[in-house]
Amino acid sequence: MTHTQDTPILSLKDACLSLNGNTGRVDILHDITLDVHRGESVGMIGPSGSGKSSLLMVMGGLEQATGGKVTALGQDLTAMNEDGLARFRRNHMSVVFQSFHLIPTMTALENVATPLELAGEKDAFDRAQAELEAVGLGHRSGHFPAQLSGGEQQRVALARAAAPRPDILLADEPTGNLDGNTGAAIMDLLFDLRSRHGSTLIMVTHAPELAERCDRVIRLRDGRLDQESARQEAAE
Amino acid sequence: MSLALRLAWRDLRGGLRGFRIFLACLALGVAVIAAIGSVRASIEGGLSREGAALLGGDAEMEFTYRYADDTEKAWMAERALEVSEVVVFRSMAVVGDERGLTQVKAIDNAYPLVGEIRLEPEIPLDQALAGQNGLPGAVMDRVLSDRLGLQPGQTFKLGVQEFHLSALITIETDGAADGFALGPRTMVRTPDLADSGLLGPGSLFSTKYRMDLPDDADLEAMSQAARDQFESTGMRWTDARNGAPGISEFVARLGAFLVLVGLSGLAVGGVGVSAAVRAYLATKTETIATLRTLGAESRTIFRVYFLQIGILALVGIGIGLLLGGIGPVLIGPLIAAQLPFPAVFSVYPSALFEAALYGALTAFLFTLWPLARAERIRPASLFRDAISGRTRLPAPRYLLATIVALAVLIGSAAWFSGSAELTLWTAGGLAGALILLSGAAVLIRFIAARGNKISRGRPVLRWALAAISTARDGATPVVLSLGLGLSVIAAIGQIDGNMRLAISGNLPDVAPSYFFVDIQRDQMDGFRERLDTDPAVSKVESAPMLRGVITKINGESAQEVAGDHWVIEGDRGLTYAAAKPQNTKITAGEWWPEDYTGAPQISFSAEEAEELGLSLGDTLTVNILGRDIDATITSFRDVDFSTAGMGFVLTLNEHALAAAPHSYIATVYAEPQAEAAILRDLANRFPNITAIRVRDAIDRVSEILEALASATAYGAAATLLTGFLVLLGTAAAAEPARRYEAALLKTLGASRAHILRSFALRSAILGGGAGLVALIAGITGAWAVSYFVFETDYQVIWTNALAIITGGVLSTLLAGLFFAWRPLAARPARILRARE
Repeated sequence: MTHTQDTPILSLKDACLSLNGNTGRVDILHDITLDVHRGESVGMIGPSGSGKSSLLMVMGGLEQATGGKVTALGQDLTAMNEDGLARFRRNHMSVVFQSFHLIPTMTALENVATPLELAGEKDAFDRAQAELEAVGLGHRSGHFPAQLSGGEQQRVALARAAAPRPDILLADEPTGNLDGNTGAAIMDLLFDLRSRHGSTLIMVTHAPELAERCDRVIRLRDGRLDQESARQEAAE
Repeated sequence: MSLALRLAWRDLRGGLRGFRIFLACLALGVAVIAAIGSVRASIEGGLSREGAALLGGDAEMEFTYRYADDTEKAWMAERALEVSEVVVFRSMAVVGDERGLTQVKAIDNAYPLVGEIRLEPEIPLDQALAGQNGLPGAVMDRVLSDRLGLQPGQTFKLGVQEFHLSALITIETDGAADGFALGPRTMVRTPDLADSGLLGPGSLFSTKYRMDLPDDADLEAMSQAARDQFESTGMRWTDARNGAPGISEFVARLGAFLVLVGLSGLAVGGVGVSAAVRAYLATKTETIATLRTLGAESRTIFRVYFLQIGILALVGIGIGLLLGGIGPVLIGPLIAAQLPFPAVFSVYPSALFEAALYGALTAFLFTLWPLARAERIRPASLFRDAISGRTRLPAPRYLLATIVALAVLIGSAAWFSGSAELTLWTAGGLAGALILLSGAAVLIRFIAARGNKISRGRPVLRWALAAISTARDGATPVVLSLGLGLSVIAAIGQIDGNMRLAISGNLPDVAPSYFFVDIQRDQMDGFRERLDTDPAVSKVESAPMLRGVITKINGESAQEVAGDHWVIEGDRGLTYAAAKPQNTKITAGEWWPEDYTGAPQISFSAEEAEELGLSLGDTLTVNILGRDIDATITSFRDVDFSTAGMGFVLTLNEHALAAAPHSYIATVYAEPQAEAAILRDLANRFPNITAIRVRDAIDRVSEILEALASATAYGAAATLLTGFLVLLGTAAAAEPARRYEAALLKTLGASRAHILRSFALRSAILGGGAGLVALIAGITGAWAVSYFVFETDYQVIWTNALAIITGGVLSTLLAGLFFAWRPLAARPARILRARE
């Protein structure tokens, strides 16, 4: 399938997610239909338990939709197996988490280099060093996560997400574990990276003011796009 | 360096704290097997190096019941620099009214060709045997002289010949090769027995011709030539390459058995290895999920952790090899002092290879599934505790790898042990126990989960049941490791106890008091007369006794047709009869008529015939006293060897053997208080007759069994120690959860005594459960071995059984309470804050 500028880079059609827990089946997402275009930044807000993070994970193929269809860069994520999804993320996507999720036994440099190594890049460490410099942590490249502050860890996580120059950048409450000032600095860095690499950004946040920095804001409630968001999607 | 190796190396920086039990289990299991193999190789090395000394010559030709004939003597003289003739037989050494069974070794002047005899007092053998005061000289083992109350310088009788005891034997290098002997040694010169009345026609004796060969003698060629020319005459060849074949075989078999016991220990360790890997991978869930998010494929994840576990397994195996390889060398002198034969303690690569192979395969088998599950960890685990498919079977490639590894492990064990049957029994037993224990673990958790009703109002019990019902306290690894260790101990204990009962407990009820051998034909009437008139004698059975070798079956070499069946190996006692003896049950064919004088016929033991694949009408060639007799099997009959009574595999018709020189054998069933008088009367009247007290023979067998049981117990103890290590590991792994639980309970008002009781209760429940299941597994296994392998009756040894359950409860209590101290001592605020 040829991918053009007009074609959404990410598209969900009646996407559903249900999980089997100890107490039975839980429906988390209901019939989500949504298109995101290349270069666009989308902020996703909603109350706790509304399904924001789950929707983000479905978009990143970290969670398989149990119904409907999820397409990214023209490829059907719902038809891929776990390894196919891993390869797809390696080549096209990055994720930034609220809890950073740096690998504790690796230095900052190794953490940033890992996705490049997985992609088979020969100059993984040079590029990783450059990304660390870009987030202002070039001098801390040999430090382990436990030796870094929360803000520094999130900057390393941003560098790791930016290093493969992803088409799509997913961020799950990237400032949720940080104080206000640090969080603001991280947000600046995130938008700066996104604009430098031209990535499409989809960000989950609790804070409406952060979401407002995005080109578009969508709201979730009880696993569904709220009516306004849904109407806008339908109109588009 | 490959990406997987780089990632594995980086990840290992996190430390090996969780791997102490992993390393200990693997190292201990490998060390035990390496040590057993090294000791076995050391003994085999010693036997091989000292082959000539053990044999008393470079090569030996042995004949039963006769001396070598002129052709045989000429054959030896032609090849050897010197030949020594030794005659061996059992007799009674008599001092006044005291009598002791002895293994007499009558020697010539050339003895010993190789090796040495050392005496106390230290005088030369020639001088000792020269005698004094007109009496020929003799030397004997201290055991016998003590039994008879005899001192050097005093006299004793063999048959009717009096001997002067010159000295006691302290070292007899060619003595160990005789293997199992009922009587201690007495050594005299052969010519001095001429007037003893012993070695009469039909006496049971064997002759050994030891040869001193030129240095360039080709033992293989010579052995082949001797076998080609003389084997059909009943000659048996032994040479210095394996100077003590009986010991070699015994050591090899015992070693193989103990290695299998060691493998059971390794399997117990495998449970610990598996639990350690699971626990380790659980701590790596976030790292794995992160790697998956960054684009790592499942095979990359598998490789990363396979490499890590592989490196650690190699370290564990290396430690085990170091301990098991060097340990025996360090304590070699201590072991050598306990052995009645030589051993060369050194590092034996083959023994270490075997142990390393078992270690590697066990580590592979027990870690493959947890590793295979690791690759299924999904990126979603980062934000949701969702490891879906946790209980699913691994991918087919891992199942196939498991089957292949298991087949290689069992195949290797069968090959190294030389007994596929024993290996399969062991493997089946372990697999059965593991399945039973896994089921039991699930059942214990199920029952604990449904124990709400009975635990209402009993918070201590409720906390214990709640902890057991969740996976948190590790019910499965505790029940598996401790249960498997206890199962092995229980099975060995039950088998050992039943064998002892079979031999020393039940047998005397049905066994005779004495065996009498070497009764001459003309002594039989007097012999019967003494016994038939004694009211204390309930039964006397007697039969003519000859010894012969089955050399051919239907004209073909018996060994080629029937392999290494015990009936074919060496010479066998056989008898003849005209009429069918009382109580003989013919299972096929017909007994010959009483007056039958035609071609020789055989009635063969039905069970052994079936094992040998014999049919009615088959022809056997039996060599008796150097003469071949071709006889046709015309009947099969039941023979019961379990009562220690008289039982002959081969009975020929009277006409076939009556003319051959032979003696009689008799069994006497008498009341214990009459035994001494019977022996005294018969020995006085017939000094050439040898009496073997069945109780003494049973005691001798019991001694050997006791030694075997001790060796097995050491192996089993290592298994239990491994089980305990796993238990400690599980308890250590559960400590953080217990610390949190204790902090919460304290916050809610529970006292430390409450919490301690709850911890103790859960340990006792799990230990008791493991012990109970181990008992069932052990009893089932022991019953199967008793019933199918030893074909004996089985009864539960309850003292052993109770010890197993108590052991189970105590060990889990000990391990659990050892790790309960810190949770009880910790301050709740610190624990709860850290958790946040």
